[in-house]
Amino acid sequence: MTHVITEHPYFGVFVLFALTAVAFPATLAAARFISRKLAKLDTEKLKLTIYECGPEVTKQPNTISAQFYLIALLFILFDVEIIFMFPWAIDFKLLGWFGFTEMILFILLLAIGFVYAWKKGALEWHSIK
Amino acid sequence: MEIVTYTTVETFVNHLPEVTWVGSLIKAVLILAVISAIAGFGTFIERKVLAFMQRRLGPMHVGPYGLLQLAADGIKLFTKEDIVPQNANKLIFMIAPAITAATAFIALSAVPVFPDFTIPKFIPVLGGTFVPSIASDLNIGILFVLGMMAAGLYGPLLAGMSQANKWGIIGAARTAIQFLSYEVVTGLSILAPIMLVGSLSFVDFNNAQAGGIGSWLIWQQPVAFVLFLIAGFAETNRTPFDLLEHEAEVVSGYATEYSGMRWGMFFIGEYANMITISVIAAIVFLGGYSEGGLGWLTIILKVGFFFFLMLWVRAAWPHVRPDQLMWLCWKVLMPIAVINVVITGIVMMV
Repeated sequence: MTHVITEHPYFGVFVLFALTAVAFPATLAAARFISRKLAKLDTEKLKLTIYECGPEVTKQPNTISAQFYLIALLFILFDVEIIFMFPWAIDFKLLGWFGFTEMILFILLLAIGFVYAWKKGALEWHSIK
Repeated sequence: MEIVTYTTVETFVNHLPEVTWVGSLIKAVLILAVISAIAGFGTFIERKVLAFMQRRLGPMHVGPYGLLQLAADGIKLFTKEDIVPQNANKLIFMIAPAITAATAFIALSAVPVFPDFTIPKFIPVLGGTFVPSIASDLNIGILFVLGMMAAGLYGPLLAGMSQANKWGIIGAARTAIQFLSYEVVTGLSILAPIMLVGSLSFVDFNNAQAGGIGSWLIWQQPVAFVLFLIAGFAETNRTPFDLLEHEAEVVSGYATEYSGMRWGMFFIGEYANMITISVIAAIVFLGGYSEGGLGWLTIILKVGFFFFLMLWVRAAWPHVRPDQLMWLCWKVLMPIAVINVVITGIVMMV
């Protein structure tokens, strides 16, 4: 397998984006059209209730207690730092000892923060004691 | 055997095949058509494999050995009534399945899935067009694919939140947990092979391992391989981590209110993602395409092996709880991955 010469490398991505943006919604629309033609629409009201045993359909507040709020905050930090490590990994041989030492220091700082978060219990599921 | 030596960069570049926009277009259409078909066929294979592992026969009645089951399922999905429940956010509810499927296929545009070929001259309009193995040969291939697959989680997330159903909301929350857990591990585990190869392009990864089985990166990076596989299982919602739609706990999770083709679209996306993860694992760790004599058959065997492994694990293991997934990814896998990166660095420098 070899590299190829392309004037616009992202053209294939764009083509697939355009294709899927048309093809999948069109499939869904066709399926909706066919199935609505075949369906018995006279009992529509009961069919549209949500899946739930017993309770009436009410306008529920669309909220849930998130037990992983701190993890989400930490995730943003760590994911950004991993993205920062990608260029370093590509040019690893070029950067040599200098880059390596810098990255070790960076990882150490990261590790200190990680251990602190761990000890503070930020990585726990909060309802479980 | 003729040995070609290139004296300057220019002559080397002149030997590379050139891709016109027609070639990219044909490739993109091929990906959409063939992978959709394979993704559909994957559901049949999954049912057969799981059935044989439980000493059943699986689908047998429609067509020979149940091969036409796929067509029957398609007809069923198209004719089942498409219901948008009360109080749902209608627009988001209706486009969420398309998001899952679309992102899965956009990710595939940067993955080499079939061999490159030139259309024969005798075909009237398109004759002589070179069709590349990758629809778009990006120099940041791996980063793009992982990013696109991460964007795919908007599908289940929006689907769960748009329906006014508690099960759906729990499914959406679990989607968020899953993403927060595996994404860091995926990035860190793929970092060590990138250090060894020095590129993010799939083509470079393939060429770096061209020297037979001994040069596969799995021998140098066994830890990264296992970590990437675990993160890949979480990324594609396969069984040890199928928290999103586990029947026994959350009825069907984010897909509770979905019916018909809108429901099936989620699974086209899921199976396309399984193929993507299998191809990435095969190219990055198992040597990719160039393997003694067999040529392009090897990649099919490798991808088939990973696909089978996913089904095998589903038959063999129970699944974990959300907090266990968080514990596993943040307290076990992530420290191992960081240590693996550091050790790889030390070994490479010394």
